[in-house]
Amino acid sequence: MLALAPDTLIMAALTIPIIGALLIPLFHNAPNARESVTLITAGALALTVWSLLPHVLAGARPAAIDLAVVPGLNIAFQVEPLGMLFALVAATLWLVTSVYSIGYMRGNDEPRQTSFYVCFAIALWATMGIAFAKNLFTLFIFYEILTLSTYPLVAHKANAEAIRAGRIYLLILIGTSMVLLLPAIAWTWVLSGTLDFIPGGILKDKATPFALCALLALFAFGIGKAALMPLHFWLPAAMVAPTPVSALLHAVAVVKAGVFTILKVIVYTFGIETLAYAGSGGWLVYAAGFTIIAASLVALRKDNLKARLAYSTVSQLSYVILAAAILAPISAVGAAMHIAAHAVSKITLFFAAGSIYTAAHKTEISELAGIGRRMPWTMGAFTIGAISMIGLPPTAGFLGKWFMLSGAMQTGQWLPIAIIVASTLLNAAYFLPIVYTAFFEREPAAHAVGADAARDHGEAPLPIVIALTFTAAATVGLFLFPEVPLALAKLMAGV
Amino acid sequence: MSAITAQLPGLQVVVPLLGAIIAAFMRRGTLAWAWATLITAFTPIIAFALLFQVWSNGPISYHMGGWPPPIGIEYRVDLLNAFVLVLVSLVSTIMMPYARRSVAHEIDGDKQAWFYAMYLLCLAGLLGIAITGDAFNAFVFLEISSLSTYVMIAMGRDRRALVASYQYLILGTIGATFYVIGVGLLYLVTGSLNFADIAARLGEASAAFPRPVLAGLAFLFVGISLKLALFPLHLWLPNAYAYAPSFATAFLAATATKVAVYLFLRIAFSIYGVALDLKALPVSTVLYPLSIAAMFIASILAVYEQNLKRMLAYSSVAQIGYITLGIALMNQAGLTGGIVHLFNHALIKGALFLALGAVMYRAGTVKLDDLGGIGRTMPLTFAAFVLAGMSLMGVPGTAGFISKYYLIVGALDAGKWPVAFLIVASSLIALLYIGRAVEVAYFRPVSKAVAHAKDPPLMMLVPMLALTFASVYFGIDTELSAGVASRIAELLIGGLK
Repeated sequence: MLALAPDTLIMAALTIPIIGALLIPLFHNAPNARESVTLITAGALALTVWSLLPHVLAGARPAAIDLAVVPGLNIAFQVEPLGMLFALVAATLWLVTSVYSIGYMRGNDEPRQTSFYVCFAIALWATMGIAFAKNLFTLFIFYEILTLSTYPLVAHKANAEAIRAGRIYLLILIGTSMVLLLPAIAWTWVLSGTLDFIPGGILKDKATPFALCALLALFAFGIGKAALMPLHFWLPAAMVAPTPVSALLHAVAVVKAGVFTILKVIVYTFGIETLAYAGSGGWLVYAAGFTIIAASLVALRKDNLKARLAYSTVSQLSYVILAAAILAPISAVGAAMHIAAHAVSKITLFFAAGSIYTAAHKTEISELAGIGRRMPWTMGAFTIGAISMIGLPPTAGFLGKWFMLSGAMQTGQWLPIAIIVASTLLNAAYFLPIVYTAFFEREPAAHAVGADAARDHGEAPLPIVIALTFTAAATVGLFLFPEVPLALAKLMAGV
Repeated sequence: MSAITAQLPGLQVVVPLLGAIIAAFMRRGTLAWAWATLITAFTPIIAFALLFQVWSNGPISYHMGGWPPPIGIEYRVDLLNAFVLVLVSLVSTIMMPYARRSVAHEIDGDKQAWFYAMYLLCLAGLLGIAITGDAFNAFVFLEISSLSTYVMIAMGRDRRALVASYQYLILGTIGATFYVIGVGLLYLVTGSLNFADIAARLGEASAAFPRPVLAGLAFLFVGISLKLALFPLHLWLPNAYAYAPSFATAFLAATATKVAVYLFLRIAFSIYGVALDLKALPVSTVLYPLSIAAMFIASILAVYEQNLKRMLAYSSVAQIGYITLGIALMNQAGLTGGIVHLFNHALIKGALFLALGAVMYRAGTVKLDDLGGIGRTMPLTFAAFVLAGMSLMGVPGTAGFISKYYLIVGALDAGKWPVAFLIVASSLIALLYIGRAVEVAYFRPVSKAVAHAKDPPLMMLVPMLALTFASVYFGIDTELSAGVASRIAELLIGGLK
């Protein structure tokens, strides 16, 4: 695609969203021009990031900027396979979400749309910074920017509930990162004298197994965006945000930044072998396993569609943590694959939820009887997303689970296998009833709910349908053509 | 030219001192402001020239009136006080354009010239404390700066300013008395008032009279702690900052406590530390609990404060706790953290108080409940408030983070990981009080008081944005802040016995 030098491409990826964020307010009074800026920015970013891919696949690890803030703390960027994968997912889905947002924000007459798009662009900028960070310090900077830039989006509605959700969001995410993650980073620096991400890790022979265990705990809980229980409740609270925010940020950028960081820390800071040899990662299997099962059980009981999706996200995020905690290279491949697979599937589900809200103003699952016939595209896409969540072929969700199970079997760990099997059943138990209700139950007769004009609806606005069809297709496409993410995942794990 | 260069240390104080006297003869406020701005603008030029000389040639010794020390007063400039001189003079210069509108808004026309005279006198006093190498001369400058500060506070529009000023007068006088008793004790046992001279003789004197030497330290410690508002001697500060004219608050918050911290460092490290084993003296033992108490208690008080100026005042007390914690750690990283926070906090609090001054100028109130929706009516002002607030919280990529990082590494280096944990835990409280203001400013409907408010005029806006920019910029380029601070820490620790 773009035949630019790789370091130029990195610089471009790190400046394009900011330029967008600066340009959007200029068109405050011209919504069409404003949305064009968002679309062009998102398109340019996606093009830039995809152009980096051939370099990384060819084995290059392009770097850009290396600015020493104080000795030992450098702002530096380098693209490695896992970061490449994360950036591809985020940048591509931003473009899709931008199309979707236009339909959603206009369809629902949301206030303050300009600041909405500005914060969105800044959040994507931070995501690029996280994906391309060369060391823990740089990653930490953008991790915090991501929290701060998404806070206004969570509190967007500015009613009591949204403000309360915003408080929880800030307190948990900033709190965990300051109180646990920052000391973890400082401790890593004191132990190893570097914060760089290096294949094989930087902590070999630097700390006792107990210290490694404590450090891993600081990281695992300090990275609050990964929503490991009991620090998960910011995520369901954040669902008061407009649906595009839930879709891209709380199913893709923010939470994936969390599990991405955990995976990156385990692979490039600790080193899979160092952790496996010291036996310091065993407890993480239990913590992640507990989160998977407990969150699924909570999801079963939620009638609010977005809340159920949120708990499903909490559960699915811990798949990635579990896969990383198995500490087998092949399951690390599964973790990376699941980041991509869950992203496209969960965004589809959220798009569908937003589509239903926009067209039918319904938020509860019990209200959805027969809606599949009114909104076939939306519910069709929803079904594909749900199948992927359960992890059945022919959808992307199957791939990640397959590699996780392979890794667990190779290393003879039966607990993770049991957890994955049990949660698959639970996933089916809370997703299939929605599909059944939507397609096979009869819509209640008009007089039962009181006849009103809003009930008589068809599909959501076209941009929304386009976006969710695309991501549903991608969910299947990723299963049929998994070459790119698989190649990147294998490069990362070194298998 | 070289004749002037040689006189720079003297000019550093003499220029604002004489400027103050001339300003007192002026009648028109605007003229006095222009004069004060001109005078202030000279001081950073001198300070930078001194810093440059010290950086390349080592410490400067200047004999006031040509009398050699220890008979005469010596002005001694090394890296530490050159750094403080640059900080104080530069921040004041950046703030001066802001003063005109803000002062004209809050102080009656016939008193404005007096205000500028007092401001210049205070500046001269602060620069004097920072530059002198004589313990008694430092006392004189301490009193000059304090007396002028009392007057400035009393000029606040709110009538409670008078009480606040009186409160500070009482406590400040007690502090100064303690300081002068400490100096007296040192004079008694060493027979000298010159810092370097005292340091040279103190070891011997301590062997002969251990108790007066220790008592002297206690008096100096308490006296200076009152000036720098070390918890629990901070009681004068919240009211003084809350009711003083907005410009005076910003100026004092950025400079006055910082100079007091400097004096503390000078006496602890350049006098007691050179002559005796500083780590064996009960300095850290007292500083640790007080610093940590300041970090937590003052921060929590800030969370419950309705008046935003008072909220930031409590926050200042907490932030001073970080600075003294860095001093208590007494290792390279910790001391660097303390000194660099002295610099960073001056910029951050300067920016925050200027933003509040602008709110006062447009909305006439800084009560949180009256300020609903002000983020939308004064977008630039509140953007500055939020950015500087993030730096205060220590968000990475801002100046505040650099301070915290050095302090954490210092605590870990000292093997005190609970202290490291307390540092991060307390900085979370800053999120609460800044976040509370952000919620009101952006998510509440626009209230009556701020409905017609808009960003202040350019002369006020530019200094505010400049300091805000600096409080972020020094999180990325730290050569002038952490670089110099680290060198100072090296010198101070290297000089310890």
